[in-house]
Amino acid sequence: MAERPKLVADTAAFARRHPDQFRWVTRGRVVALCVTAAMIALFALGIAVLEFDARRFALGLLKLGEFVVFMVPPSTGDWATFVLYLKALAETVAIALLGTLLATVPAIVMGFVAAKTVVGQVVIHFLSRRILDTVRGVDELIWALIWVNVVGLGPFAGILAVASANVGILGKLFSEAIEAADPRPVEGVVSTGGSRLAAVRFGLWPQVAPVIASQVLYYFESNTRSATIIGIVGAGGIGLHLAEQIRTLEFQHVSALVLMILATVAAIDWLSDMLRFSIIGRREVVG
Amino acid sequence: MAPSIHRQGDARLALMMGGYDAAVAAKRRQTTLGATVLIVAVVVAALVGEVDVGKFVVNLHRFGDYIVRLAHLEGGAGVLSDVGEWFWGWRRWLVMLGETLLIAYMGTLMGALGGFALCFFAARNLTGRAWVRFATKRFFEVCRTVPEMVFALIFVIAFGLGPLAGVLALAVHSTGALGKLFCEVVENIDLKPVDGVKANGGSWVEAVRFAVVPQVLSNFASYALLRFEVNVRSAAVMGFVGAGGIGQDLIEAIRKFYYSDVSALLVLIVGTVMVIDLCTERLRHALLGLRRA
Repeated sequence: MAERPKLVADTAAFARRHPDQFRWVTRGRVVALCVTAAMIALFALGIAVLEFDARRFALGLLKLGEFVVFMVPPSTGDWATFVLYLKALAETVAIALLGTLLATVPAIVMGFVAAKTVVGQVVIHFLSRRILDTVRGVDELIWALIWVNVVGLGPFAGILAVASANVGILGKLFSEAIEAADPRPVEGVVSTGGSRLAAVRFGLWPQVAPVIASQVLYYFESNTRSATIIGIVGAGGIGLHLAEQIRTLEFQHVSALVLMILATVAAIDWLSDMLRFSIIGRREVVG
Repeated sequence: MAPSIHRQGDARLALMMGGYDAAVAAKRRQTTLGATVLIVAVVVAALVGEVDVGKFVVNLHRFGDYIVRLAHLEGGAGVLSDVGEWFWGWRRWLVMLGETLLIAYMGTLMGALGGFALCFFAARNLTGRAWVRFATKRFFEVCRTVPEMVFALIFVIAFGLGPLAGVLALAVHSTGALGKLFCEVVENIDLKPVDGVKANGGSWVEAVRFAVVPQVLSNFASYALLRFEVNVRSAAVMGFVGAGGIGQDLIEAIRKFYYSDVSALLVLIVGTVMVIDLCTERLRHALLGLRRA
């Protein structure tokens, strides 16, 4: 480390040799400063436009503290209510399971249609992608509201809502997985005189099936999370009770419900992880 | 020399064929078992979820009707026949849309700052104390497992109706989601710069500032942009529980059966989400390219 004292002694010469390292105003710094300033300005604009108010904020925090105190110990009051909640939780899991499975079938079809490597028609590719985008852009809660109008209140509407939103998500993921598949098995099938359908069935499907299975399992878990709130708009499941207990300020019930949801999500997380790894083996999920 | 083909004895061959059959049978058994479990699960779920195929078939035409009604104005003409009439409230809706974007922006920024401030305490390679790491990780977990709508519901009661509740709900949820991702990025860094700073007598804070942050910043920004995209979607429905944004108008239009308004609002929301998707994707690729260059 004999270099350091020498360099410190002769900083001026060192700076002359490497001017970029010693310049204060560099292009990167200017850009960073501008971006930061713009972000802060936008934040300030937000505070002004969205009517943030320090007093309201402080009062709210105080109230939140009170809520937390009210939340312990978590309790559902009596056993009958607990059983009612358990039933609602089962409904939520059922919504997630059926919603995911129901979405899988059309999503697989759409996935193949939207994959550049399978259909290859520019117009079809573009249209199917845009359809998937639109379906995906409409939030699950909006789908739930629409389906409630069609089949009435209750978990069935929730199932249809989860299914609709997931067709868009899964369809896109599947089509990407299909596009990423190795083309050589497909060429092999075609070269031995196989039809297009045979090429998809024997060349592509064995490659993408594990990816599809693992993604379906992953989304089953994620849908369990989102299905817990779908009840807010009347589409069944535990969200209805949760919203009701929050609105009536029964905070012991709220914390009990949240704990039940957390436990369920953790259980499904564990289960789907196990299944996923048994399907694809211990390696990274593609996509 | 002609290759001699060694033929297994019949007994040996039978043994191998038996083994093959057993393997195939085992695989079939497993598949059947899996299919059975799946079917049972579906039937049970269908019973619990009150699936009624009859009701669905009988009412399916209503879904079609709904779509048709969405495509028609109050007077019965198609929406495209008079776009001005369709988007009659565009001034108010654009303002609401702006509010939604602002809610998503502020929620994401606050969440990113929260995640940024805490992620270094959750990273295994930077924080020695096990309890600090454990506490931070559990905090992230609670923040991201509770859906943002639940936070929004609680915050609406604490802070009153309006965008403040929505922003805070998104901020809390984003802190949890981003904190976890940030922490994973930090755990994957090259530790040599950290050693360098420490060897020169730098403190922990200086090591983070000069050795860790420059390595992770572009990844952090890319994750934050991804979260912004997700938060725009969430902010669009925050209004359902009174937490501000365009969702307020949407739920009102749906509940009051103003069909053309519903479709106009949906077009606005979906269009905005698509534009944001495209823009953030571009930006993210640019950011990650910057890092690689």
